This record gives sequence, structure tokens and C-alpha cells, in this order.
Amino acid sequence: MVAIQVEYFAVLREHVGHAREHLTTTATTVGQLYAELDQRYAFPEVGRVKVAVNDEFRDWTSPLQDGDFVVFIPPVAGG
Amino acid sequence: MSHFGFSREPLAPERYRALVADPVAGGYASFEGWVRNHNEGRGVVRLEYEGYEALGIKEGNRVVVEALARFPLARAHCVHRLGVLDIGDLAVWVGVTAAHRDAAFAACRYIIDEVKSRVPIWKKEHYAEGDSGWINCEVQPADAPAGSVPP
Repeated sequence: MVAIQVEYFAVLREHVGHAREHLTTTATTVGQLYAELDQRYAFPEVGRVKVAVNDEFRDWTSPLQDGDFVVFIPPVAGG
Repeated sequence: MSHFGFSREPLAPERYRALVADPVAGGYASFEGWVRNHNEGRGVVRLEYEGYEALGIKEGNRVVVEALARFPLARAHCVHRLGVLDIGDLAVWVGVTAAHRDAAFAACRYIIDEVKSRVPIWKKEHYAEGDSGWINCEVQPADAPAGSVPP
């Protein structure tokens, strides 16, 4: 089990209903964490989602470690 | 100093212009993205921009540093607005200086294109009919290509 923090933005924040949460999980990769949270929240279909850990983009197979800060990044639309 | 920033206050191009002033520069090119009153056939009354600022500043800075490496530039900078914006407001500013204009135009285009596709910023449009939507995030299930979602 690892204790982590997740922050949600934009369409995911509105869907989940809060911006941040602390949680403990048995997930060992960020992809597994996304699947676990998708089970809980039934994330909306938004297209290709990316992930960041500790403020850097990461692959979905990246390992989760105690204290990690995870952000799921729905399709961006700056400009 | 980062070459990319966010602002919750209205953007003031004349102030940012000074950030790219340089004695070797013979040309200055800028791009301003403005909030328009329509998108895909719908009337738009205002926008909201939300940013993941810690990563956005890093990725935005990487984009500008790439431009500085790819093109013979003097200086380059980009600032993106966050918060609620009205029609006509300035949403993003890019400024580039170079000895010659070709590099300035090309780098300005490079920066805005890459910022739009890579920096974690989200745009919510509020429509004349009263509803709203997050741009690029409204996908019909049939539109989602296979494998487009995480494992």
C-alpha cells in the first residue's frame, strides 16, 4: 500500500466534485491507479488522458511510490 | 528565469514586450490569442481557463527553450491568462525577437502551436444558450479511437 495525493483539473475536477484527495492504494502503477479511480468515479469519456507524477509527465506504466502527487491530464486546450 | 508564465490579471502586452527587447534584434514578432464570440457555430459569451501551473510553467518553458534552440533568436517569451475572460480579452501572448524577421515569424508560430497542444491548460466555453463545455474533452464514445484511454 502507498499513500498518495491526487489532484483533478477541469472536466475531471467537476466530475469528481473535488480538486484534491489523499488516498492509500494497492495500485503499483499510475495506470492501475487510474483504473481503480475510474471504478470509483466512472470518469467521463474525454479522449486521450495523460498523467503527471510530482509535476512531470510520466508513462502509464510508471511505478507509484509513497508520497507521490498524481495528476490526470485530460486533453488540453490552451490559446 | 522561466520563459513562460501564467497571469490571473489582464495581460499587458506593452509590459511583456520589454521582456524580449534586445540590442541585437532587428525584428519583433508577436502573437495575441483573443477570446472570440463564437466557436463551431455556437455563440460564446465568456471563457474560463484553468491551468496545472506547476507543470504548465515547466512545459511552457520547455517549448520556448526549444524555439530558442531551433531558430536564431534573440529572446522569446510566452504568457497565458487564467481565470474568467470576456469576449475580446487577451488569452495568450507570444513575443519573439531576432536579428532577422524569418526566424521571428517562424519561432512565434512554433511557440503558439506547441503551447496549445502540450501545456496543461483547459478552456471552458460558456454559450449564449446558457450551457458550457470543456473544449477538446467532449467526446462521443463512437469517436474515441481504440486504445485512446489508459490501461
